[in-house]
Amino acid sequence: MAKHKKKIREGRAVGLTFLGLIGLGLVVAWLLRGNDVILFNPKGLIATEQHRLMLTSTLIMLGFAVPVLVTLYFFAWKFRETNQKATHNPNVSRGRVAVLAFWGIPTVIMLVLASLMIPATFKLEPQDSIEAGKDPLTIQVVALRWKWLFIYPEQNIATVNYAQIPIDTPVKFELTADETPMSSFWIPHLGGQLYAMTEHVNQLNLIADTLGDYEGSAAEINGAGFAGMRFITRVSTQDDFDTWAHETKQSPTELSTPEYKNLLEPSENHPVASYKDPDPNLYSTILSKYAGSHGGSHGSHTQNAREH
Amino acid sequence: MKEFWLGKLNSHALPHEWFTILGSISFIMLGLTVIALLTYTKRWKWLWNEWLTSVDPKKIGIMYFIVGGFMLLRGGLDAIMIWLQQSLSSGASHGYLSAEHFQQVFTAHGNIMVFFVAMGLIFGLINYIVPLQIGARDLASPFMNTLGFWLYVAGVVMVNMFFLFGGEYAATGWLAVAPLSGKAFSPGVGVDYWIWSLQISGVGTTLGAINFIMTILKMRAKGMTLLKMPLFTWGSLCSMIMAVSVFPLLTMTLFLVFFDRYFGTHFFTTDAGGNAMMYTNLIWMWGHPEVYILMLPSFGVFSEIVSTFSHKPIAYYKSNVLGMIGVSTLALSVWLHHFFTMGASAEVNSAFGVATMIIAIPTTVLVFSWIATMYKGRIRFTTPMLWFLGFIGIFALGGISGVLLAIPPVDFQLHNSLFLVAHFHSTVIGGVLFGIFAGLNYWFPKIAGFRLNERIGRYAVWCWIIGFFVAFTPLYVLGLMGATRRLDHYDASKGWQPFYIMAFVGGLIIAAGVALQIVQIIASFIQRKRLRDTTGDPWDGRTLEWATASPPPSYNFAVIPQVSTRDAYFEMKQLHTPKHAYEDIHMPKNTASGIYISIFAFLAGFGFVWEINWLAVVSIIGIIVCLITRTFNEDSEYTIPAEVVKKMEKAQAAKVRTEHGSNSDDEADMGLIEFVKTVLAWALGMALSIVRKKR
Repeated sequence: MAKHKKKIREGRAVGLTFLGLIGLGLVVAWLLRGNDVILFNPKGLIATEQHRLMLTSTLIMLGFAVPVLVTLYFFAWKFRETNQKATHNPNVSRGRVAVLAFWGIPTVIMLVLASLMIPATFKLEPQDSIEAGKDPLTIQVVALRWKWLFIYPEQNIATVNYAQIPIDTPVKFELTADETPMSSFWIPHLGGQLYAMTEHVNQLNLIADTLGDYEGSAAEINGAGFAGMRFITRVSTQDDFDTWAHETKQSPTELSTPEYKNLLEPSENHPVASYKDPDPNLYSTILSKYAGSHGGSHGSHTQNAREH
Repeated sequence: MKEFWLGKLNSHALPHEWFTILGSISFIMLGLTVIALLTYTKRWKWLWNEWLTSVDPKKIGIMYFIVGGFMLLRGGLDAIMIWLQQSLSSGASHGYLSAEHFQQVFTAHGNIMVFFVAMGLIFGLINYIVPLQIGARDLASPFMNTLGFWLYVAGVVMVNMFFLFGGEYAATGWLAVAPLSGKAFSPGVGVDYWIWSLQISGVGTTLGAINFIMTILKMRAKGMTLLKMPLFTWGSLCSMIMAVSVFPLLTMTLFLVFFDRYFGTHFFTTDAGGNAMMYTNLIWMWGHPEVYILMLPSFGVFSEIVSTFSHKPIAYYKSNVLGMIGVSTLALSVWLHHFFTMGASAEVNSAFGVATMIIAIPTTVLVFSWIATMYKGRIRFTTPMLWFLGFIGIFALGGISGVLLAIPPVDFQLHNSLFLVAHFHSTVIGGVLFGIFAGLNYWFPKIAGFRLNERIGRYAVWCWIIGFFVAFTPLYVLGLMGATRRLDHYDASKGWQPFYIMAFVGGLIIAAGVALQIVQIIASFIQRKRLRDTTGDPWDGRTLEWATASPPPSYNFAVIPQVSTRDAYFEMKQLHTPKHAYEDIHMPKNTASGIYISIFAFLAGFGFVWEINWLAVVSIIGIIVCLITRTFNEDSEYTIPAEVVKKMEKAQAAKVRTEHGSNSDDEADMGLIEFVKTVLAWALGMALSIVRKKR
């Protein structure tokens, strides 16, 4: 009697698990309708490559993990106590071939993944410039509490929480921070993030291939206003970009030293702002504020980043 | 003068937000209830002599379970609060918590779950089970063990102080990243509470780890060579060696943060040459191994369970052991994968990426060992086995997402996103928590003397598994949608809200699972006579812990068993090994020194938090005095004469003959409806008897 009940229970559990997994998939699919799954919808070369790498390695791993899991659950089912037909061997399992396979198979899978990963890591090193037959646009980015300041040294303009970039042009974001904890600069549509830190310059090279507005964020916690530290990246045509830069150059306010002092004050959900004529020494002043405070090694890191 | 006596303390520190006030009230109510109960039942002396000052690892283990269990509820409440805020706070609505409070809640959630739930429960299991598995009567240093436990308790109190007493908690994330945790960006006492709760409990962990390494290496029963040790003991040994390797690093790092904040040094500040990147390195050099410190004993638990319930010895034991050693060694060399995004070169990043991938190899070997054990086994789907089957699915998900995150270019996109959060919850809930629950279910008959209700246990497992997938699948998806972690608010246009709500619902299902676990324990207690484990070996176990009575006598084994094979007890059962003559047993005496030292450690920490310097100095002197006094105490052992042992063993044998439970048939275990009926009937009976008495 008890055995019989047990059998029914076990069968029901297996059936319900399958139904549950299918149900979960359906619910997620339904909730996803019309939404932008950003990482699967890349808008630039870097994000596209990162997306491809993510998919390939996931498929390789699934190709290995799914059979292992199926075997495990199948054995659990087949060798259940209530299954009288299954053979039982209470002795310890041994065998050299099996040991070799146990260590060998995952090693091979990891070798395959590593051989995929290492070249990709060098190819997609964010500090390296992107070759696209065009000179890159340099944007100096300063993480402030809690907003992003963008300085365009070539266009001689500056913006807060808004960056416009021309399509198909490599962009070099030179990331640093001022009086702000480590912040992470992330535009998921265009590619992965890097940290913005005082004293250092991290170069994030990105490129966009589709027109549109893409939101960027501060991905690493850096204080109370962190959730509101977001910005729009507008990808426009070169002509539109030039027009925009020209118009911004006519902005009423200059990014002078007192104006920058205001920006240094903590503020949350800062509105978009634009400035003309930022002090040409502003960025280097911000860096030198921290540099030289201790000897050698980190200064050279900064230089390395600039050489790229 | 006031500043000298009270430091930064003033009335503003007292709780004044609705949820801190609620927290204070509930903590005070809980405390008062316990005090009232103890006074009413006149159990103070019993509590002090039998439990608080005990050096018996079994009792200390149970105390770890109780404190860790309460912390699980506390940390779980934080999780629900986080999800509730995130499901509400979209677009125009800003939820019910301010950004600072929200950040404090998730910081506390992380700290409590890792340090005080996972660490506490793992230490509880190790305390109770390891000495039994290796055939030891006590630990290498019983005093160090009680000290370690009480330091852990001091840490627990410290992490809850902002509720109990006032102030605020760190709003920095669970690792208090620099320079955010510096005085410049976090001027309040929150980070100080964080420092001292981790510092005090961390020292306790180091002591405990040293103690268990000594115990496992030096106190095994005769004949139990290293390669005959049960796998839970192996997992614990690997874990404890890792803990000794990395916890001093945490201690030192915390001291540096403390110096920065208290004395104004510049180790990790942005100015005057501080190097915040160094902090990130140091904290992860400890933080990554920490996860594996929790994971390895749990792997050991699963090895024991798979072997017992497949009715087979563990397959490929040596590969399994080598797998655990491999995991623990490699885990020390991968910390940089937590910050590929900090801007290291491709050379460095790919090296650490490869190291991380290599860890997947020994981990996979463990899974293969379990599969091979199940092959041609005769598998009983008991609750512990169900926890195992749930663990495999969830852990595989965590493993795959983990290897994905080990690929630097992919990590640039997924780091700091909810995908990462979903990943480590898959590994920690699947790998650590499920292991603990499986272990508690498996060893419960040993600990309590009766096994747990199987039927309600199954419901709990299913709630946890379903709840996990409902809660964390949306987090994986949100990560892919570009949602970063720790957001107290987001734009409605993102389309994230339904997923946050789904995660919240999943959280509620998990909460139902926790509730069912509590019901499971109560229901088993009600039916304890029927569920009684009279033999000491309810599962047809294979390792030595099943060779003694349930619950074991204070000395664990009347006669220390002789070991000749791996599954020592299984072999003993086959061969009917005769027992040897009884002898005098030397046992360590209770001591309250651990409690006193921990109280002083807590007070010192409290003094440093509020800058009450005299208190800190006095307390440190107190610690030193207590330690010195303890070293001069030579009267630390007592003897149980052979005659008494014989009597106790006889009484136990008689008990086995008279009480005979029918405990193998789990179909007769109480269901939920029967449970509700029983509890209602009991409550009604109580009410009636009270009314009658009054008349």
